[in-house]
Amino acid sequence: MLVDDEMLTEQGLDASGHDSARVLVLACGALAREILALFKINQWTHLDLTCLPAKYHLYPEKIVDAVEKAVIQYRSIYSQIFIAYADCGTGGLLEEKCKELEVEMIAGPHCYSFLEGNEIFAMTSKDEITAFYLTDFLVRQFDAFIIKPLGLDRHPELIEMYFGNYTKLVYQAQSKDCALEIKALECAKKLGLPLEYRFTGYGDLQSTLAGIKISN
Amino acid sequence: MSDEEDIILSELSDDELVPQMHDDLYDGMKEEIVEAVNILLERGWQPYDVLTKALVEGMRIVGIDFRDGILFVPEVLLAANAMKGGMAILKPLLAETGAPRLGNMVIGTVKGDIHDIGKNLVTMMMEGAGFEVKDLGINNPVENYIDELENGDYDILGMSALLTTTMPYMKVVIDTMIEKGMRDDYTVLVGGAPLNEEFGKAIGADAYCRDAAVAVETAKEFMAKKHNQMSA
Repeated sequence: MLVDDEMLTEQGLDASGHDSARVLVLACGALAREILALFKINQWTHLDLTCLPAKYHLYPEKIVDAVEKAVIQYRSIYSQIFIAYADCGTGGLLEEKCKELEVEMIAGPHCYSFLEGNEIFAMTSKDEITAFYLTDFLVRQFDAFIIKPLGLDRHPELIEMYFGNYTKLVYQAQSKDCALEIKALECAKKLGLPLEYRFTGYGDLQSTLAGIKISN
Repeated sequence: MSDEEDIILSELSDDELVPQMHDDLYDGMKEEIVEAVNILLERGWQPYDVLTKALVEGMRIVGIDFRDGILFVPEVLLAANAMKGGMAILKPLLAETGAPRLGNMVIGTVKGDIHDIGKNLVTMMMEGAGFEVKDLGINNPVENYIDELENGDYDILGMSALLTTTMPYMKVVIDTMIEKGMRDDYTVLVGGAPLNEEFGKAIGADAYCRDAAVAVETAKEFMAKKHNQMSA
C-alpha cells in the first residue's frame, strides 16, 4: 500500500478496516510508512493502522484531543487500540490521557528516541543537545515541516537565528535509501550544518508493536 | 504595512517618521530602522525617547499582532532583528545619558536546551522597557544561575525552555534557591512554548509569561509591588 506524504501530513490515514484486524494502531502520520512496512514484513494481519495528521508534530498541543477523539471513534469497531505516539511534546498529558482511556502507548520522549531505541538515545542524546534530528519522513517532507513553517523560504536570513546553536544534523534513517541520503545532505546544506548519517531501522517501534498483547 | 512608493526618511517630519518607524519595524526593515534612529538622534532626540516612542512602541504593535495570530514567528524575528539594529546604536547612548532603570534581571535557557529565540526576544524587550539584563545564554546548569544571582544585584530571574524534556529543570533551579534561602529575594519568571500557567505554579515560579510583551508587563508589576512594599 503506497501512502502519500502530503496526505499523511495534512489529513492522516483512515483505517483499512480489513476483516482480520483486531487491534488498531493509532499513530502519527509521520510513522505510517514505517508501521505499514512492519505490518508487511511481520505479516501482522491482526493489526490495522490509522494515522492523525503528521503536521501535529508542529502543534503538539493538538495531539491529546485528537487521540482522544479517534479512540472514541474507533472503540466500537476494534477490540483494542494502541497509541503509536511517545510523549511527543505533550509534557506528560498524552500519557495521562492514555491512562484515562485505558490504552497503551509507546514509551519515550519522542520518535527520534524510540526509533533509535530509547535506552541508546537516552545515553547518546546527553552529549548531543546541539543535534537537529530528521527521520525518513522528515527528510522527505523537509520543506513542509522545516523550511515553510519557519519562514525560511521567504526569509533565508533567519537560518542563523533558528539554527545558530546547532552543530550537526543527524539523519536517523529507517530505510536504506540513497535518494534520501542525498536529500538529507541537501537539507543539512540548507541549514548550514554538517550531516551525520545514522541508520536506526525501526528501533523500539518494531519491538513495541511486536509486543502488543491481544486482550480477551 | 509598507508603501509602494519609496519614502525618503530624512524628508519626513518627526510626527511622520515615528509612525513610519513603527511600520518599518513591523516589516522587519533593519536598514531603515537604523537610518531612522540616526535621523532622530541628529534632530536632538534623547536616546530614551527614540527607544520608547519609536522602537518599543513599534514592537508593542508587533507583539499584539503576534498574540492575535496576525503575525507569526518569522515576522516577529525579522521585526526583532530590525529593533536589534536600532538598539545597537542606542544602547551605549542610553548608558551615557542615564536613562531610567526599572530593575535588574538575569536570564538564561536551562540545562540541556539550546533554544534561545524566545529568551533573546524577552531580553531585548526587557532592555527596551528599561531593565538591565544579564543574559547567561543557553544550556545553563543550576550553578550558573545561582552564581550570577549571588554575585550580582538582581531583582528578577528569568528561565526559558523549549522542550518538554528540559522544562522540568526550572524546578531544580527554584528548589536550589529555596535550599539556599534565597528564593524570596527574587521574582522568578518562566517562559517557553511548552509551558503554561499551571506548570509555572507547580514548580514554584512567580509567573509564567506567554510572550515577551507579557514578560515585560509582569516584570513591571512585580517591580511596582516591590517598591510599594519597601515604601510601606
